[in-house]
Amino acid sequence: MSEIEIRNLTKRFEVKGNTVTALDNVSLSIEKGDIYGIIGMSGAGKSTLVRSINYLERPTDGQIIIDGTDLASLSEKELRKKRSGIGMIFQGFNLLEQRNVIDNVCFPLEIAGVKRKDARVRAKELLRTVGLEEKEKVYPSQLSGGQKQRVAIARALATNPGILLCDEATSALDPQTTESILSLLKEINERFNITIVVITHQMSVVTRICNNVAIIDNGVLVEEGDVAAVFANPQSDAAKELIFEKKQVYSPVETLDGERKIRITFNENSAYEPVIANLILKHGAPVNILKADTRNVGGRARGEMILGLPEGSRLQEAMIESLKASGLTVSDVDGGNV
Amino acid sequence: MFTDKVIEMILAGIKDTLYMTLVSTVFGYVLGLPLGVILSVTRKDGLKPNSVIYGAIGFICNIIRSIPFLILLILLIPFTRFLVGQSYGSTATIVPLVICAAPYIARVVESSLNEVDAGVIEAAKAMGAGNFQIIFKVLLAEARVSLFTGATITTGLLLGYSAMSGTVGGGGLGDIAVRYGYYRWQTDIMIVTVLLLIIIFQIIQHLGTRLSRRIDHRKR
Repeated sequence: MSEIEIRNLTKRFEVKGNTVTALDNVSLSIEKGDIYGIIGMSGAGKSTLVRSINYLERPTDGQIIIDGTDLASLSEKELRKKRSGIGMIFQGFNLLEQRNVIDNVCFPLEIAGVKRKDARVRAKELLRTVGLEEKEKVYPSQLSGGQKQRVAIARALATNPGILLCDEATSALDPQTTESILSLLKEINERFNITIVVITHQMSVVTRICNNVAIIDNGVLVEEGDVAAVFANPQSDAAKELIFEKKQVYSPVETLDGERKIRITFNENSAYEPVIANLILKHGAPVNILKADTRNVGGRARGEMILGLPEGSRLQEAMIESLKASGLTVSDVDGGNV
Repeated sequence: MFTDKVIEMILAGIKDTLYMTLVSTVFGYVLGLPLGVILSVTRKDGLKPNSVIYGAIGFICNIIRSIPFLILLILLIPFTRFLVGQSYGSTATIVPLVICAAPYIARVVESSLNEVDAGVIEAAKAMGAGNFQIIFKVLLAEARVSLFTGATITTGLLLGYSAMSGTVGGGGLGDIAVRYGYYRWQTDIMIVTVLLLIIIFQIIQHLGTRLSRRIDHRKR
């Protein structure tokens, strides 16, 4: 049994007499100890999806099953108890501004009825985990964004939850701080075997820490699977758009006529060969490198390159064949697999 | 002019004014704070939306607030007599002051609580907090600076209203100003009482501002 089972989840909102479907028949299962990314453009419905997991949003249709319990079957009181076993962090941190750091971390324990003394011991231990033990008496307004998110993480972990939901947790942070928060999440996942669900619009977040990913577009689950597989060979338009980061990269080179743009991804083995040089030598024709990048996908280096192949469909096909022969994944940038 | 008797009277007036202002503020909050919490909780985006309760309390608040205080003072005379046995003097004045202040306080409290960041409330819900825990530990605690500022403004308002009650024998500095300044043409006594009211007002405002700054942890 998966730890989180989302079955045929549909959520509709009434907005000024119109019905808006935020989520349409989404089904997912997330295993214990996984780091699961849910990615989509803004307005795709991913925030509604994560809020459904702890029933902050009640589904219009479908079920949320956590550890075998259908949340719909719980009473108000039982649901609150269940929620204390699901931590959550937010883009805006949502700390209590009038409480200092340690009292913020104690807050969920206070709600759960834990004795103040025990709560403080636990809070200190968690502040050590997130590297803020010397800030316990400080108020949130005196902390940086990254520090606030660390406090929020400590607070979310206070009740020892089995699941941690992250709603755009790094979207308000700069790249370096994002990196440090992501590695903290990864560390927490490994240390406590806690299941982490990461909601984001940034592919880099998913490739950095997630094992599995679901892509949501207009309320529909369009693609799901192992991050490395989806990254190497995205099927849906939404996935391609997120992975290729289309708009920013390709518009300046749109003028090159007759060129065919392809994307190749390298795995560890092919990265050692001089693939492009071999390609040019073999076919005696120039290849335009439009973009080259390496990314860390699930802890492994993945190379990615966008090539402009010279005119002539036979030459192009021949080049693609030889790239495939060297073990690379090749896909057309404008859609579809080659 | 300022004989011992007059000075004694003015000192007693200060005492009565402070008594009326502070006691009516306290009782005003006893009634108004829960009403304000109910308003904030039952409003459309509140913790437990309920348009019937919100509408009913809001309607009553609006009616009382739209009656001029002087009229309310007279309208409530039978009620005041029933409650404290007489309709004049400083204790009797507290009754209409409280009735007048409660709906005002309810609205001030409501708007303070509505300012609390929805994200923080959502975070508390996600932790499994119930509505009462959210009201006491999140709404009232996070809005405390705004609540305190509101209380300072309310106290100042009630100081002014308590002086107004002097026209119908309410006691305190306002009563002295009306009796000596207006009926007897003793402008000097009137000026002194008005000056004292200004000073008291300044002290209340100053203390309120300083205390609210002290309990605010958001900046520095």
